[in-house]
Amino acid sequence: MSLNILFREKDIPNIREFSVYNKNGGYEGLKKALGMSRKQVIDEVKASNLRGRGGAGFPTGVKWSFIPQDNPINYVVVNADESETGTFKDRQIMENNPHQLIEGALICAYAIKAAAVYIYLRGEFWDVAHELDKHIADARKAGLFGPKGKLKDADGNPFRIDVFTHLGAGAYICGEESALLNSLEGKLGQPRVRPPFPANKGGGLYAEPTVVNNVETLANVPWIINNGADEYKKIGVGTSTGTKVFCLSGHVKNPGNYELPFGITFRELLYDYGGGPLDGREFKAILPSGGSGPIIRVTDEVLDTPLTYDDLRKFNSILGSASVIVMDDTTDIVWVASKVTKFFKHESCGKCTPCREGTYWLDKVLDRILAGEGKESDVDLIMSVAKNMQPTTLCALGEFAANPIIWTINAFPEDFKAWVDGSKKPAEEKAVARPARGRAATAATPAGD
Amino acid sequence: MNTLQEKYADRIEATLAKYPDKRSAVMPLLYIAQEEYGWVSPEGIQDVAEVCDMDPTQVQSIAGFYTMYSEKPKGHYWLQVCTDLPCALKGADKFHKELKEHLGVSEGGTTEDGMFTVEHVMCLAACDKAPMLQCNFHYYENLDMEKMKVLLEQWRAEVNAQANKS
Repeated sequence: MSLNILFREKDIPNIREFSVYNKNGGYEGLKKALGMSRKQVIDEVKASNLRGRGGAGFPTGVKWSFIPQDNPINYVVVNADESETGTFKDRQIMENNPHQLIEGALICAYAIKAAAVYIYLRGEFWDVAHELDKHIADARKAGLFGPKGKLKDADGNPFRIDVFTHLGAGAYICGEESALLNSLEGKLGQPRVRPPFPANKGGGLYAEPTVVNNVETLANVPWIINNGADEYKKIGVGTSTGTKVFCLSGHVKNPGNYELPFGITFRELLYDYGGGPLDGREFKAILPSGGSGPIIRVTDEVLDTPLTYDDLRKFNSILGSASVIVMDDTTDIVWVASKVTKFFKHESCGKCTPCREGTYWLDKVLDRILAGEGKESDVDLIMSVAKNMQPTTLCALGEFAANPIIWTINAFPEDFKAWVDGSKKPAEEKAVARPARGRAATAATPAGD
Repeated sequence: MNTLQEKYADRIEATLAKYPDKRSAVMPLLYIAQEEYGWVSPEGIQDVAEVCDMDPTQVQSIAGFYTMYSEKPKGHYWLQVCTDLPCALKGADKFHKELKEHLGVSEGGTTEDGMFTVEHVMCLAACDKAPMLQCNFHYYENLDMEKMKVLLEQWRAEVNAQANKS
């Protein structure tokens, strides 16, 4: 059996087209789910141990079970606001296997008795969204859902839930579920104070109970319903079941998305799939969960670590959405800290003071250090600001902004020391920007071609 | 009935039909306003506010919060280069700098002929294909300056051909 649960385009060309998807078992999972009770569907997803692929890793079936079934209107919102530094997997799923996402979202909608599905895409996915609209229209026209849906559920009721796309407009914070809901309601994309949580009355879309799931999460669901939770659990390790799309970027010969079972090691990912470092260099550091997770110094122990939700904890890091950014020994970690901070400073929504002011403060001090004007006390100052941000921000963005800074200092104190004792000068900073090599240096093409 | 309602009636109706609350249409309609006026002009803000039953100030605050709405006129081609960490590791900062130098503009600036506006953005979810940019919301990946110069000429020719036709 192929392990391309999500990237089925690798086995079946043009599976993005409704006719091809349909011929290859498409929407069979939905039909099967409609023959089950809602509780049975939720229990099957629970039993699979499918965990949220957006970063938090929360058990998906458990999340669905929080929705009150007796509420007249519930919603499914697909989080396709893929904006985490280093993450580019959801876009590939939506471009190449969109119907599997639509099917997964519909199964969820049936299970939680939803009134509608909204797919919230980041605004930059303009082309993806317009293509997705066509795919949704094809499936709707075939009578699988929507106002003229021909299928019936286990109670004999017509299945007429509809699916809509909604484009954001450039705001990383809208990946945070409550900010996303605000944005979908036509408000500023700023996080809400919780509780109530989205699953609660008063906390979801239009104040109704809502499941917010990532694209990759929902795209797993049809496979689980078709093949059963027991089969799904055979893939992966421990509580990290199934496959995971690892987004590999940075200083490797073959950057890209790799769908692999949980439990593969960093060494396999970086060397067997990534092709190893560029120009015969050595790997220095990994950000295993994009810009928001703690950085790890590359050692043999790290390279032999299985990629699971649990195994990365021993390095005080997280798997997150598995956006694996790799840096070689030409990389200055203070520059990395500055790049990550500039991202969060730019993306802070401004609602809470610790994040709004803290990211500016961190950026300012890091700029000072990189200008060759830093002092030893500046490193202590950065650490102090970051640690004060961690427990005080309204949402996880502020914490994400603080984490990498704290861990860059902890893991690479020598890089900071070199700047503040004057042994490193600003001119050397430019050395990190090098032309692309390897597979990334192929022809310039519009995305999707 | 305002300009947007007159010219984009079908699109507006289809957009409003997606949501139980008109206010949810504000972001999609701001894109339509931007398409009509070239930027989210005061007229565009007013038109959207009328359709969504919102105060223009509320609509303006939405336009100001999100980076893909332009609050001032841009060039024909709005070039947004991703310079976030993964792209920068693959030379995006250098590419961004060279592009600005080639066009003779500073950050956020527009060329004198009104053809190109250049700015940097943070993470476009194309990290494995850096350097890359977004031009008028379409992605161009695996770039270098040689490939970029070809694209710039191509775009320039398209605008000039359009101008000659009209």
